[in-house]
Parts: sequence; structure tokens; C-alpha cells
Amino acid sequence: MTQLPPPSAKKLGLVIDLDTCVGCHACVVSCKGWNTENYGAPLSDQQAYGADPSGTFLNRVHSYEVQPDQGEAQLIHFPKSCLHCEDAPCVTVCPTGASYKRAEDGIVLVNESDCIGCGLCAWACPYGARELDAKEGVMKKCTLCVDRIYNENLPEEDRQPACVRTCPAGARHFGDLGDEESDVSKLVAERGGFDLMPEQGTKPVNKYLPPRPKDEMPEFDVLAPYLEPVASDGKGFVGWLDKALSSLPGGAK
Amino acid sequence: MHPAASVIIFNTFSGLGFGLLFWLGLGVLVPTGMSAFIWFTLAYLFAVGGLIASTFHLGHPERAVKAFSQWKTSWLSREGVCAVIALIVMAIYGAGLVFAGTRLALVGIIGGVASLGVVFTTSMIYAQMKTVPRWRHWTTPAMYLLLSISGGALLSGQIRIAAVLLIAGGILQIFAWGVGDTRFKTSGTDMATATGLGHIGKVRAFEPPHTGTNYLMREFIHQVGRKHADQLRIITIGLAFVLPVILLLLPFSHILAAVAVLSHIAGVLTLRWLFFAQAEHVVGLYYGKR
Repeated sequence: MTQLPPPSAKKLGLVIDLDTCVGCHACVVSCKGWNTENYGAPLSDQQAYGADPSGTFLNRVHSYEVQPDQGEAQLIHFPKSCLHCEDAPCVTVCPTGASYKRAEDGIVLVNESDCIGCGLCAWACPYGARELDAKEGVMKKCTLCVDRIYNENLPEEDRQPACVRTCPAGARHFGDLGDEESDVSKLVAERGGFDLMPEQGTKPVNKYLPPRPKDEMPEFDVLAPYLEPVASDGKGFVGWLDKALSSLPGGAK
Repeated sequence: MHPAASVIIFNTFSGLGFGLLFWLGLGVLVPTGMSAFIWFTLAYLFAVGGLIASTFHLGHPERAVKAFSQWKTSWLSREGVCAVIALIVMAIYGAGLVFAGTRLALVGIIGGVASLGVVFTTSMIYAQMKTVPRWRHWTTPAMYLLLSISGGALLSGQIRIAAVLLIAGGILQIFAWGVGDTRFKTSGTDMATATGLGHIGKVRAFEPPHTGTNYLMREFIHQVGRKHADQLRIITIGLAFVLPVILLLLPFSHILAAVAVLSHIAGVLTLRWLFFAQAEHVVGLYYGKR
């Protein structure tokens, strides 16, 4: 049913650390790898090696430049996947009941055998977390690797989403954001984790941790005295050469 | 938003068809026998033809029947339910006129209101979208309803009602464009809230996630053709509203009436194209685009 269940006590989700993410896209690759072989329809590519390649991804890494009023611009890598919102607008718009939010752990899923591929849930999602697969004609989205996290056939360390398991920088954390004592909740509290587009009223479960302030580098360099421009005093042969070259047509003054 | 041909055709022709059914149901014109058969066939061709066209953009149209189940939350589902009710009730009313020559007044009124209900539920699919600030406004359902009943009045040849409704429609559309143009900017959603990085400084999209395009960019970011929006708005107002009104005010002839209807349809098709092409989805912000 596309009526949202009452808020679950357990809210499984991700915490993404924008301070640590190095933008390597390993999470994108491991996500596509796991999810194209397991839960639901494969994630197809169109013209993967052609002139206009395109494909379905459940997780994409954007990169943003942020320019403060003072100082250097910062480059921030920004992974984005389904935020498993508490007030998920993608669920209530679904005409068939294919799109649903699990009452037990809050994961938002698509029942692909009921999906008519109308695309309305993707319209309702402000985050671009849903992509209609061009080959299968059904809506694909992050499942929070529901087929890994409860899978007792996997070793315990692998029972987390593929993106979290693979992240080499430790920028992705998985856990229960409904439990204030969980590691992820503590991390969010400690680092000031925030919601994306809070004004849209979706109440995302996933949180983002802001980049830490940049360290201030002291202006000290042992090599500096040896690397001064040589002609600054304008004496001797170098000084004469500087003047002579400057007097040529088009020479630097 | 991507202006899909199937959805533009659906919105235009189903709107006209249900608008005609509305006037037929209200009994503003009460044809009987063969003439009733022709009127109802025309209305059903438009209404059902548009509905069929709308299934062309589905990934799995063969499962469309499942879409009737979620009317409690989904406007798309409500639209489907409303359409079935309107078409069945109006078929009963039409059968009475065609075969028995009797007007089942109450059935007609229920069917007429249900026909407008289809148009309203369709408009709410768009108006509910918080992600598309331009659509999330009372002018969206108002414009859908006004276009439907004015088109229906024009088709059924009620000159005075059609002229008044068309003038009102043109004015409301100009107003809707005017208030719609700034709504994305004033919606409170921008690159700072999208990324949550606004507290550091000015956010600029540096690199997209992939070198190629994707479903999101094809579906939600439509910039091609928006540059001609001003000319297309003038064409829309001219064809959909001004020309039909002028033709209606001239001494009546069937050829002028046919030209008025064709001009109105062409204008509404342009209007619907703009409705989608000019609508900006907030997801474009993640790509530094609108």
C-alpha cells in the first residue's frame, strides 16, 4: 500500500561524511555491481561503449566547488542516493502500491512486479534518487542493500550496504538512525549532521556530515629565502639583462 | 520537465472530451437519436483517445489496471477511478438519449460532475508536486478546469458561453505565467539547501557524476526550446483564445466554427508543451541546471 506506515522505531539509513569523501566513485561501482546481480531487475546500460553512453545508477557522486567570502575555494565530493525519507513523497504518489516504505525498518522499496513505470515517484522525489530503467521499464532505487544487511549467508562484516563496505575512505556509515545510542546517531550529533532540502518536508533518514573547517597554514617556508625572484635587486649581469629584455618591443616591464 | 508527446496529447484531447461530456451531462445541449450518437462518439473519441495515448509513456502498460488500487493517496490512481466512473455513467446517460430519446437528468449531472472530476484529478497530479514550484499553485487546477469547460463549450457550439470562458481562460493563463515565472526562485530551494553547503560559501556544480546524460537529466532538465518561450506564449494566447473568440463573434458559419476549434486545439497543444517545457524540477539544482 502506498499509505505511509506510522514512523518506525528503527530507521535504517546512511551517514555520509563530506569531509572524508575523496570522490573515487568506488561506492558507485560497488553499488552497480551488487544491485545489477541481485535484488530485482538488473541496472541496464545503453550504448555503454558507444558515442552517447547512459545507464541506471542508484548512487551517483557529484562534485561541488564552494567559494567562501574569504579564502580559497573548496572542492567537495557529494555522493547521493535514496535518503529513505520518513515522509517519502515518492511512496504516496504511486498509483499501484509498488512503491512502499517498510514498517519494520523504514527502508523505501519498489515492488517491481507491480510497477507500471509511470515515473511519477521520480517526479515527486526532490533528490533524483529514482531512475526508470530504460531496458526493464521499471523504477530502480537504492534498497539499502536489503539483500545484504539481513543476509545470514554472508560473513557478518559484509552485512552492510555494498557502498559502505567498499568505501576506502570510511566516508559512509550505516546504522539505525532511530536509535539515539547507535554509532551513526552519535556521529550525527557530534558532527552536526544535516538534511538535504529540509524545506521540502521529506524528513530524510540519511544524514550528511559537513566538511570540517580547513586548517590555517602558517606562512612559514624554510626554502622561501632561496626561491626569491633573482632579479628583484636589479644589479649586475641579471639586472642588465632584465633592463635589456624589457626595452625590447613587447618586453615585460 | 520533459514535454512527452503522449502526455501533451492526453492532456489536450482528454480535457476537450471530458469538457464536452460535462456540457452534455448538464443538459446544456440535449441531442437525441443519431445526433446524440455523433456527439457522444466525438466526446468519447477525445476522452478515451487521450487516455490511451497517456499509457504510451508507461514502462509496463499491461499492468495499468493495478493503478486503480491506491486512490487513498495517489492522484494518478484517483484520476483513473474518476475516469472509469465518468465514462460508465455518461455511457448510461448517452444510451438513454440515443436509444430511448429520454434524458436521465440526474445520471447526466452525476456524469458531468465526474467528467470535471477527471480533469481536476489530472491537474492535481501536477499541482501536488512540491518538486516543481511552477506547478504547485491554485492556477494549475483552475486552468485545467477552465480550459476543459471552455473547450467543451466551443466544441458543442455554445457561442456566448465559449466566448466568455475563452476570454477568462486567456486572462488566467497570462496571470498564471506571470506568477509562475518567479516561483522557483522564491520556493526556498536552491543549491545551498540542496547540498547543505551554503554555510561555507557560494556553491557551484563543479563536475557532474557521469560524463554522459541520464534518466534524471532527460526527464527533468529541459532547456532546449525554452529560449522561444516568449514567442510561444504569444502564439498560445493567439491560437487558443483570441482567434477562436474573434471567429465566434463573426456571423456563424460551420467553416469558421471548425477553424475556431482547430485553432483552439493547436493553441492548447502549444500551451501544454510550455506547461512541461517551462516547468523546472528542483533536482536540476544538483546538476547546476534548471
